[in-house]
Amino acid sequence: MTTVELGMPDAPTPIDAAIARSLEQHGPKVTDLKGKDFKTDQEVRWCPGCGDYVILNAVQSFLPSLGIAREDMVIVSGIGCSSRFPYYMNTYGMHSIHGRAPAIATGLAASRPDLSVWVVTGDGDALSIGGNHLIHALRRNVDMTILLFNNRIYGLTKGQYSPTSEVGKVTKSTPMGSLDHPFNPVSLAIGADATFVGRAMDSDRKGLTEVLRQAAEHKGTSLVEIYQNCNIFNDGAFELLKDPATGPMWTIPLEHGKPLVFGPDGASCVVREEFGGLRIAETNQVDPSEIVVHDATREDPSYAFALSRLSSQDLRYTPMGVFRKVQKPSYEAMMAEQLDEARLQGPGDLGALLAGGDTWTVDA
Amino acid sequence: MTGTNPTVAPSESNGALATTVPSSAPGGLVKSVVALDRVVIRLAGDSGDGMQLTGNRFTSETASFGNDLKTLPNFPAEIRAPTGTLPGVSSFQLQFADHDVMTPGDAPDVLVAMNPAALKANLAELPGGGLLILDSDEFTPRNLAKVGYATNPIEDGSLEGWQTVSVPLTSMTLEALKDSGLGKKEAERSKNMFTLGLLSWMYHRPTEGTIRFLERQFRRKPEIAAANIAAFRAGYNYGDTTEAFAVSYEIKPAPMKPGRYRNISGNQALALGLVAAGQRSGLPIFLGAYPITPASDILHEMSRHKAFGVRTFQAEDEIAGIAAAIGASFGGALGITTTSGPGVSLKSEAMGLAVMTELPLVIVDVQRGGPSTGLPTKTEQSDLLQAMFGRNGEAPIPVIAPRSPGDCFDAAIEAARIALAYRTPVILLSDGYLANGAEPWAIPAVDELPDLTGDVGFATEPNGEDGEYLPYLRDPETLARAWAIPGTAGMQHRIGGLEKADRTGNISYDPANHDFMTRTRQAKVDGIAASIPLTDVEDPDGLDGEGARVAVIGWGSTYGPIGAACRRIRSSGRKVAQIHLRHINPFPADLGEVLARYDRVICPEMNLGQLSMLLRARYLVDVQSHTQVRGLPFRAAELAAVIQDAIDTAQPTAVTPSAGSPAVNGAQQ
Repeated sequence: MTTVELGMPDAPTPIDAAIARSLEQHGPKVTDLKGKDFKTDQEVRWCPGCGDYVILNAVQSFLPSLGIAREDMVIVSGIGCSSRFPYYMNTYGMHSIHGRAPAIATGLAASRPDLSVWVVTGDGDALSIGGNHLIHALRRNVDMTILLFNNRIYGLTKGQYSPTSEVGKVTKSTPMGSLDHPFNPVSLAIGADATFVGRAMDSDRKGLTEVLRQAAEHKGTSLVEIYQNCNIFNDGAFELLKDPATGPMWTIPLEHGKPLVFGPDGASCVVREEFGGLRIAETNQVDPSEIVVHDATREDPSYAFALSRLSSQDLRYTPMGVFRKVQKPSYEAMMAEQLDEARLQGPGDLGALLAGGDTWTVDA
Repeated sequence: MTGTNPTVAPSESNGALATTVPSSAPGGLVKSVVALDRVVIRLAGDSGDGMQLTGNRFTSETASFGNDLKTLPNFPAEIRAPTGTLPGVSSFQLQFADHDVMTPGDAPDVLVAMNPAALKANLAELPGGGLLILDSDEFTPRNLAKVGYATNPIEDGSLEGWQTVSVPLTSMTLEALKDSGLGKKEAERSKNMFTLGLLSWMYHRPTEGTIRFLERQFRRKPEIAAANIAAFRAGYNYGDTTEAFAVSYEIKPAPMKPGRYRNISGNQALALGLVAAGQRSGLPIFLGAYPITPASDILHEMSRHKAFGVRTFQAEDEIAGIAAAIGASFGGALGITTTSGPGVSLKSEAMGLAVMTELPLVIVDVQRGGPSTGLPTKTEQSDLLQAMFGRNGEAPIPVIAPRSPGDCFDAAIEAARIALAYRTPVILLSDGYLANGAEPWAIPAVDELPDLTGDVGFATEPNGEDGEYLPYLRDPETLARAWAIPGTAGMQHRIGGLEKADRTGNISYDPANHDFMTRTRQAKVDGIAASIPLTDVEDPDGLDGEGARVAVIGWGSTYGPIGAACRRIRSSGRKVAQIHLRHINPFPADLGEVLARYDRVICPEMNLGQLSMLLRARYLVDVQSHTQVRGLPFRAAELAAVIQDAIDTAQPTAVTPSAGSPAVNGAQQ
């Protein structure tokens, strides 16, 4: 990428000038990078054994494949363990305030369509204090990639239940068990008409990388829920899915164009149910034509939503992969178009603007 | 001080001067033209009667005629309160004159009441003998009963103390539009234009502007445009031919500095100032805002100027509005958020983030009555301490305040200058009175506006000894940190809300570093004083405090009422100094010395004494606070009485410390 498209062809701004100077000094953008190029000199301060390490490594390893220069990438986070992420990435970054990262990223992405904007957030940050910003970012479809680390607990404040914790969870703030019904982040995102929604497991490097790659390539807002183990306050939260003995039984891998068959020896499958819903069936009990072939590109979000409702809060029958991937104009592109359209009448003339409306002249 | 005790003149000027010139009108009527030096008109009606539009049109006609003027729109928060009730009354007052005026006038000379509710709500403020114009059609038993009139005031003699002219405005409008093809209800809605026509005749206003306006406004509904124009002309002609009005009035244009003028409201001026700041800095503008009264018009105005590279973002809430602006600033735009007090409350945490990340940001607070939802459509100055201190931690933010609608333009550019030059959020405190009030504005030449390009300076090269980029390395003079934007190679860095290590900006929990950074952030804001003018003192009777012994200090929109009060004081032979602050954080460098020169300092505010608390704390000056929170601007007469009292009771030896004013000398530290 050598030019910056800010939608301001006839008026180079100080932003254009700064980037042009940078190109003069450094030569063309360097996009031939290695994973280690994305590391910073900052000591990583997550608890030993935290799932965040795995995600950090996976992200750093896969980013070079996107071919984006480090200076063109910005990672915005909120508050929480996961939100320390930007400090460990040699890109531009902002570790902001609780829940507001999607809003900050919206302003940045909307005014700088030339950048690759990422949000790193957690279940408390994105779904509790920042729930409003998340759903509105998703419906607007600003071009950015949101990584939602879901560990189903508040870690940084030392172990209170989160909006994704299961009902009855005993924590410091719920000694008799939590009463709240949890959010399913994927259902929520699809309900907000998100154009890209995926889910991956921290320890599944290959699956995580694949979902991240698709999310990064998607134009518009992408939401990736990453199940992440907090080994201090909620250890083993995803063990049902991680354990080689039980994982295959309860995980539904989503692959576009492939029938939804899963479990040991493909014993289980997903079939249609009344009222547009889906249900789990035993593969040998149904006609193969009844088995749903996964289509992430369906415009109507009902299918992806039904898919997200297959899992229960104890994680049985959890689809993993890309639920939904549809094309819709992105917000920043439409915003830039409006600016261009306004300039068709001629670039802004400040003198004419100030003297607008009825005027009169007082002579000397 | 002499021993005489002249009374203060009753009006803003020396009273309305009238001279009568007879003239003949069509139909053999002899009509006279009376020359006046100033008039205050108040239009009052139901929220749905179009009083604000009528007032705005009359204002435009008056401005283009060349009178100086000030306006005071006053309307309820409800869009349509129940018809004909007291809570539904909407009014618009303006003062216009052949000389410069500072306020919309304390009390109207002319009251137009479109219904019994409007009469009841406003009559008490019309001085005896004032002209009262009523729409007699609306004084029906039902409408009278709604507001508790047992008898019709038009008939029961209760209006004898005023010059009452009762005119069937509604039926005459219907008569004028009987061939328009409009239904009764629709035709009736033009009665405000009939009224405007009548007033335009009464005050010799030019009419072409209104006709052009109506054609433009209803260009997609030509029949409505035609009806409104017909009603407007009918009203004008009615005035010209009726016996009900024997007199019309002439108010000569006011002498103004040569130049091109337009009429402008505070919100409009503020929006144009922000657009200008973008043009003069070269930066794209990003406005993140959530609709809120009385600030929404800034968002509306800004959203029309996309051709200037202005991006407007109507956010999901107040927090997202400022958060998105901060994000845009990180990317190199001039981030702006506009709101009112309740919105500032919600934005507080994000304002702290902007302080910590030291990014340029303009936060516009168009203040309204508080607390909580308060009085959404009424004015107040009660967010000053919130602007100063309403955040967790030591989070200093520069605060500036415009003094008049037109001054909102310059204040917006100044806010942007400080934000860019010092890499800091800046709060601009406007208020409902400035926002909706209007005045003639001398259109500035673009190339004479401040050049802000030098304040931008994006860093593109490493500034550290080891070839690294240090985002918190500061300009030694301004203490502004280096600002590198994404897209610039080799300058990648992370910022955030956690305490920063000096120079590197890395997370730091070091006690000495936190102490240093806290003091540095404060020093940076304090240092802005070096870039602002010294205290603005208006004391025509003496330089630098040699004249007056009493000073009145104010900030923001009280400039007009305080100035008008000071004129009255001076015309009574007394001396008073007017000090008006544009910069409240930091204060002008010499403010403490200036205040110490006076025996007494009076501080009128539309709050319970917020600036006076700051002045007392900072300068140990025994400021006398005079406050009012009625949702309306001060009346000049009331302020003049307060000042007169202070002057007449001032102890010439008040500089001697006493129990009552122990601290005056202390200000000279």
